[in-house]
Amino acid sequence: MNKIVPQNSFKIIARALSVHYGEKQALHQVDLDIRAGEVTALIGPSGCGKSTFLRCINRMNDLVDGARVSGSLTLDGQDIYDPAVDVVQLRARVGMVFQKPNPFPKSIYDNVAYGPRIHGMARDQAELDAIVNGSLEKAGLWAEVKDRLADSGTSLSGGQQQRLCIARAIAVEPELILMDEPCSALDPIATAKVEELIDELRENYTIVMVTHSMQQAARVSQRTAFFHMGKLIEVGDTEQVFTNPREPLTQGYITGRFG
Amino acid sequence: MAALARAFSPLIPTDFMQLLILTAALALLVVFGYASGQRRALAVAGGNPRLLHSLPRYHGHFVALWCGLPALLVITAWLVLEPTLLRLLVTNALPAEMADQPAERLALFYNEIRNVARHGHAATSDVVADAARHYAGLRQTMFMAVGSLALALAMAGVVFARRRVSPDMRARNRVERVVAVFLVASSTVAIFTTIGIVLSLLFETLRFFQFVPVTEFLFGTSWSPQIAMRADQVGSSGAFGAVPLFAGTLLIAGIAMVVAVPLGLLAAVYMAEYAQPRFRSVVKPLLEVLAGIPTVVYGFFAALTVAPFVRDAGAMLGLSVASESALAAGLVMGIMIIPFVSSLSDDVITAVPRSLREGAYGLGATKSETIKQVVLPAALPGIVGSILLAASRAIGETMIVVMAAGLAANLTANPLEAVTTVTTQIVTLLVGDQEFDSPKTLAAFALGLALFVITLGLNAIALSIVNKYREKYD
Repeated sequence: MNKIVPQNSFKIIARALSVHYGEKQALHQVDLDIRAGEVTALIGPSGCGKSTFLRCINRMNDLVDGARVSGSLTLDGQDIYDPAVDVVQLRARVGMVFQKPNPFPKSIYDNVAYGPRIHGMARDQAELDAIVNGSLEKAGLWAEVKDRLADSGTSLSGGQQQRLCIARAIAVEPELILMDEPCSALDPIATAKVEELIDELRENYTIVMVTHSMQQAARVSQRTAFFHMGKLIEVGDTEQVFTNPREPLTQGYITGRFG
Repeated sequence: MAALARAFSPLIPTDFMQLLILTAALALLVVFGYASGQRRALAVAGGNPRLLHSLPRYHGHFVALWCGLPALLVITAWLVLEPTLLRLLVTNALPAEMADQPAERLALFYNEIRNVARHGHAATSDVVADAARHYAGLRQTMFMAVGSLALALAMAGVVFARRRVSPDMRARNRVERVVAVFLVASSTVAIFTTIGIVLSLLFETLRFFQFVPVTEFLFGTSWSPQIAMRADQVGSSGAFGAVPLFAGTLLIAGIAMVVAVPLGLLAAVYMAEYAQPRFRSVVKPLLEVLAGIPTVVYGFFAALTVAPFVRDAGAMLGLSVASESALAAGLVMGIMIIPFVSSLSDDVITAVPRSLREGAYGLGATKSETIKQVVLPAALPGIVGSILLAASRAIGETMIVVMAAGLAANLTANPLEAVTTVTTQIVTLLVGDQEFDSPKTLAAFALGLALFVITLGLNAIALSIVNKYREKYD
């Protein structure tokens, strides 16, 4: 196995990472490190490769026909694209929350219990109950749904559905949570709740989120990476990127001159 | 016009020719009305169409409709009323001793008159010849009168509508309202046809129940629909208990579902989830070809290939299998309805949103876990719907069972024996010359109605399940 020594608690290290979809190159030679215990925001105009990068981390790109990944990408020093890596185990370590809330057409309880069940995480019903309750608690949804755990997950409001999806992701106890524009389908109040939740989750999880809202990136992230045309243009502390960007492209994007 | 019609008469029947000429004249008038309406609209606007509320062509349509519609209504009414009216006038003019015959004799006699007048048959008597001349004369006069009326109405329509053309006239709205009426009429044709079928089934069924009690039909376990010609004949009393027929139908349809549901579902899962797009684009249409094979072909496949095979296979295992076993018919019917299950299920499985699959994969689910625990439950309402539709198809299927199932109404659950089905019995009851007032014939209508109610019920349940439990993925 291709071991690389972890450098000062970087969770993810990408070196010369390129992705092709068929003939089209979506990601060009990206070098990007993601620190543990932080929220890293990936920003950039549509089609800039930020979601592609995100989906490399849990190998979601494997599902796309004709997708090819080259370069190296490591999680805790272990090559994610090593043929010996079991995708199922990788995805148990790397949770994901999607753009549109996608609860399964099952009860709220079964939605959260789904991951623990397929990974055999609970020895008995009581343990499973504890995982489900704890995850809903952490996702800030427990108070709202504790009396209706048997209701369908799809009966919740959009914001509740998204927090249910976050609960579903953290029930598997991942080390890293990927969020692909988690608030783009939500109204401002639901967005505020989810952002607050992301801020709380930072204590226990490393979070990488793609967002189209620069205010959101500024509010919840510690590090920000700016992508443009499949290339990583700039990465730095969020405050620095937003107040004093090094690259003119970044400056242009965050001041709204394009994008 | 009559002269022109006679000129063509060697080729085409005269009365049809006359109608053709009338229609052509009307069509010409309509075209003229359209052109004149359009021109008139431009003229009243001083050549500037922007001053008009509606485009000139809508004014054209408006005039054309006023020209064509009333005339068409008159002609249609005449076509409907002509036979009754003619009959009344001709029979009233008959000599008294002829007119006083019983109704059936009079009808025959009138038929003869008509044949002489319209198809040139030789008249058998002077009375007939006179009446035929009267008939032909009346018919010609009435046609001329109606034709003139229609043409006059058409012309009046043009004049009337042309007068009303003005820049403010809302021609577009009026034309569109007429178009809407046509659309509604077209869409209700199917509904009225269904209602008509149900009513005709219903009335014949009611007549059947005057001969045979409802309870015997619904709960009787003996079916032998013979009606004696003479009272002292052997087996003079028919038995009309439909239970064995419905049991046989359910047995065969059940066997068919046992074949079709697993095969169809597995095929659908493979095609929707595992197959390469290239493979799917070839195999899916091929599977659907199964639905396009004429059922009569399945019928002889069942009767000549599968049934003997099943019988021989049974014989090797030491079982006695009827050569028209329910098993053979059911197996072939099952193959026939595979595409109903697989194609519809494939569609609903494919329609499960990608985001749900990604959600499961993102949690570390394997492909088979994702399919079993997320995709199939999400697609379940549609799958149930497709199964019920296939079931109603299996129950109503006729040709395969006519050829491969038996005629003996055995009440048995043993698939190796011969059973008969509702549809087979309907066919046997109605094949050949029938008297339409014997319970034997009327029984077919009662069976048909029962079958109709069952399949309609299944379809309704299927549709309501699909609609009620469908997850709304916007």
